[in-house]
Amino acid sequence: MEKFVQLVVDGLSTGSVYAALALAIVLVHSATGLINFAQGGLAVLAAYVAWVLTNQGLPVGLAIVAAILVSFVLGAVVERYLIRRFERGDPDTAVVVTIGLLTLVTGVAGWIWGYNNQQFPSLFPLDTVSLLGVSVSIRSLGTTAVIVVAMVLLQVLFVRTKIGLALRAVAINPQSAAFSGLPVGRLLMVGWGLAAALGAVAGTLVAPQLTLTPGMLDNALVYALAAVILGGLTSPVGVVVAAWIIGVLENLAAVYVGFIGFDLKVAVPFILIFVVLLVRPQGLFGRKTVVRV
Amino acid sequence: MTLLELEGVTAAYGPVQVLEDVSLTVPDGGAVGILGANGAGKTTTLRAISGTVRAGGRIVFDGRDVRGLRPDQVAALGIAHVPEGRGTLGDLTVRENLRVGAYLRKDAKGVERDIDYCLDLFPNLQARIRSNASALSGGEQQMLAVGRAIMSKPRLMLLDEASLGLAPSTAKTVYDAIRRLRVESGIAMLVVEQNANLAFTLVDTAAVLETGRTVLTGTSAELKGMDEIRRAYLGG
Repeated sequence: MEKFVQLVVDGLSTGSVYAALALAIVLVHSATGLINFAQGGLAVLAAYVAWVLTNQGLPVGLAIVAAILVSFVLGAVVERYLIRRFERGDPDTAVVVTIGLLTLVTGVAGWIWGYNNQQFPSLFPLDTVSLLGVSVSIRSLGTTAVIVVAMVLLQVLFVRTKIGLALRAVAINPQSAAFSGLPVGRLLMVGWGLAAALGAVAGTLVAPQLTLTPGMLDNALVYALAAVILGGLTSPVGVVVAAWIIGVLENLAAVYVGFIGFDLKVAVPFILIFVVLLVRPQGLFGRKTVVRV
Repeated sequence: MTLLELEGVTAAYGPVQVLEDVSLTVPDGGAVGILGANGAGKTTTLRAISGTVRAGGRIVFDGRDVRGLRPDQVAALGIAHVPEGRGTLGDLTVRENLRVGAYLRKDAKGVERDIDYCLDLFPNLQARIRSNASALSGGEQQMLAVGRAIMSKPRLMLLDEASLGLAPSTAKTVYDAIRRLRVESGIAMLVVEQNANLAFTLVDTAAVLETGRTVLTGTSAELKGMDEIRRAYLGG
């Protein structure tokens, strides 16, 4: 039993990593209508920025805040000068551009900082506390807490605030939104900036655990996309819950299902996606889109 | 007083010249129709005004040339474009669509009052207030599109084919409401309408376009009496 609880707690902890990235993907999708594959790359870049700053002697907390601000600006600049050139065309083109951007950002990070694993200082103490008879690291608890706060803030932003409503309106139909006076270009920049900032939170939170490399989030991105599909593209709460489910099931399957083991556990989220898409194509928490003409 | 004046307006989609020479005026509080066959340039004229296509010539709104402005800047001056195909935001609820329309307004109480006004004007929307716009019927979507335009408190509304694809009785309901809106709000209107009989229930004057040129302007009464208008647009 104790082993089971420990596996669940560990699963929630890794699930939170996927959740952070998944939230950023949902944010960009809600604000621009795109899936941004470069999300992980930009998050790693943010982690490197924070890492460089801590090496300069800045406290880790301040370095992370600075990295978040830099990421906001970078996200806005990427939208304004790169993505905007493709926004008027086929949405698929813009998605392919984000894949190219991921490759570029990863390459540039490797070129500047090399491919060796770097130790990234943790924001939270490395101690563990005992919870229900299992030991839980404070770092995991802290990461999970930050994710929950980010999730609630996002939900509030989109559902309760005027700017959130404007971001969604622009994502659905930019031209029609402009007829109501919405400054489409500026709102798209804000959407990308916010998503990059959220990605920076994700990147700097998980860097201590994964150790910093240019490809640090490549695996996590795959799981994050799985969480996004599972939870429904429109629901911040949904993707976080889905990410936790993936993290926990993956751990449990590796230990309790003999033929899966640690080698095959990467397949678990995809089996889950397969089943969910068959039963509920809009995701566990997504809204079904009904279109009448 | 003249609110909107178009003089020698031209516009093209790539190499295809759609507007050659369009001129018309909309007085403050007036309602003007644009009549013409398919491809005459009616919709493009509205797009030129709202900044969705680049135009030549002069487009003066309230003493200011609005050519070259972005659509959101034109909207901020007080021109609300209700586009062909309605442009409702499908994944947002009816109430959210109306709130998007009020994006530039700062008076929260006035916004609530105007939402109530829209629901009074279009009672069908009341029951659907929490539904996604994509789940509405065509008529309800058209009502919502007009409602969203009302929410921006415009001085001029550009209405593009508000009856398109609607059952005759629904189209009549929509136009009845727009007529009531006109009387109660004093919003000036520039109306593109395929169904000229319906248009004449709303507008005072109209301009007739042929292949991108204004060929005729007159009052509703004058135009209704003309044989060529009747043959071309009123079905004999």
